[in-house]
Amino acid sequence: MGQIELKGVAKRFGDAEVIPPLDLKIEDGEFVVFVGPSGCGKSTLLRLIAGLEDVSGGKIEIDGRDATAERPAQRGLAMVFQSYALYPHMSVRKNIAFPLKMAKVPQAEIDAKVNNAAEILNLASYIDRRPGQLSGGQRQRVAIGRAIVRNPQAFLFDEPLSNLDAALRVNMRLEITELHNTLKTTMIYVTHDQVEAMTMADKIVVLQAGKIEQVGSPLDLYNHPKNRFVAGFIGSPKMNFMTGAEAAKHDAHEIGFRPEHIAVGETGDWKGKVTVSEHLGSDTFLHVDTEFGIINVRANGNVDVHHGDTIWMTPDRSKVHRFDAAGNTL
Amino acid sequence: MARASTTQRKAVVTVCAWAVGLVIFFPILWTILTSFKSEVDAIAIPPKFLNFNWTLDNYHDVQERSRYFLHFMNSVIISLGSTILALIIAIPAAWSMAFVPGRRTKDILMWMLSTKMLPAVGVLVPIYLIFRDFGLLDTRTGLIIVLTMMNLPIVVWMLYTYFKEIPGEILEAARMDGATLSKEIIYILTPMAVPGIASTLLLNVILSWNEAFWTLNLTAANSAPLSAFIASYSSPEGLFYAKLSAASTMAIAPILILGWFSQKQLVRGLTFGAVK
Repeated sequence: MGQIELKGVAKRFGDAEVIPPLDLKIEDGEFVVFVGPSGCGKSTLLRLIAGLEDVSGGKIEIDGRDATAERPAQRGLAMVFQSYALYPHMSVRKNIAFPLKMAKVPQAEIDAKVNNAAEILNLASYIDRRPGQLSGGQRQRVAIGRAIVRNPQAFLFDEPLSNLDAALRVNMRLEITELHNTLKTTMIYVTHDQVEAMTMADKIVVLQAGKIEQVGSPLDLYNHPKNRFVAGFIGSPKMNFMTGAEAAKHDAHEIGFRPEHIAVGETGDWKGKVTVSEHLGSDTFLHVDTEFGIINVRANGNVDVHHGDTIWMTPDRSKVHRFDAAGNTL
Repeated sequence: MARASTTQRKAVVTVCAWAVGLVIFFPILWTILTSFKSEVDAIAIPPKFLNFNWTLDNYHDVQERSRYFLHFMNSVIISLGSTILALIIAIPAAWSMAFVPGRRTKDILMWMLSTKMLPAVGVLVPIYLIFRDFGLLDTRTGLIIVLTMMNLPIVVWMLYTYFKEIPGEILEAARMDGATLSKEIIYILTPMAVPGIASTLLLNVILSWNEAFWTLNLTAANSAPLSAFIASYSSPEGLFYAKLSAASTMAIAPILILGWFSQKQLVRGLTFGAVK
């Protein structure tokens, strides 16, 4: 079981309120991603759950038990750090065995569990090496191995992939998702990368300045953002926002169209000049200078336009996102 | 072209480095050479470099006239004692400053270092009077206390910079893995900090071994370490350069050998934090 509930949890550092009181419920077995721009408090929130920081107010319940005052190890949670935080003076085997050793597990059982974790994560071939002799991806696997052996009620990941190169990141993303499918243990994953959030999460928690902006499934956030911030943060390339006459047409203070909901053609509603065209083969990203400012367009396949070309664009007006003056979705 | 100038530059740098090294080492070399000369050869003009009658008489005389072994043991006890005492105080201090710094931690560190900028003679009289009243004059205990205090700022600073290099996340990982504070210290921090603790220990032993101001002023016969033993051969004995050199050579030999074998550790310890 790994149900985690935050009730009015708040954090202050001195006079600065990093996280105003917030409530959040994470169901057993869920893969929850905390996402937000850097400095939004997502890592702090994770550290509060882990017990590495003390809450300034509120309660943390794990499986219905009040864990607010418990030490990190008592909470039954395992954490994977951004820097991997492996013990450099210990072999991979000893690193993975460390939490079991601390829990005074019999040696025979430790060996069995370590071997099992090594098998799941494919690290048997370098089990006797030290962390310094491993690549970034291998280190991350060891860190995950160290988390798995404890059989935790939930895994906490603090931006675990941000130190890896792009190709490896995609691989590890898949591996972590597969791991979740196999173990079915609650996972809380912190990232600033909304692509990671969209691809991995059952539930995304979007944070800004310590405040929860919206909680929902990835597609829910994509299709029905609660406000302008979530609309702008989820989706890549970013949503295009417009005010003024264009917004008034839709009876709103501000409107937004996602780049994939704007069609390019010989004629259309808006005229603009292409400043940058990015041809990926599968898609074409255009940055177009218009009377509303720069508009991002995403077209399927290769579209034969280049820097300096004048093009016409037509938004799919059924997919418009409308906001009031406070930035809330209408 | 580029390669030629690089080689040239390397050669120049190498020659310069050797020249500086020789200039620094020359007094020690000269002391050692002089210790094997007769008193007449020692003051000969022009100086004799290698072409003199080599003799061990000075070492023999020095051995007969003073108790080298007593001073040697005093040096060992005082330098090791003050170093270990300083480490016992400094490890927890550096620990808290590195991992749970307060708002004034930086100020405390600077203040501690600032005490090293005060000339020692400025506090000689009060310390002398305190030592007299507490019966600490000419005792090893007294010297251990005073040298501990003198070197504590450096020890704390060195350990602090060392501990600062240990990523906090590793300690947090240990905490998540169920390590209590004592286990975190035993299994994670200490093994990771061993090189730093070792080089701090070495440097402090050397500093204490070579310390002359307090050892000369606060000791007489019983607790005098080797620095006082050398000094006893200088002025009152007149111009006995060869014997003075023999005494000096015997005094610096142990620490020179220790320094030679641990130079890698020492350099690493002193440049840690500065060079990554």
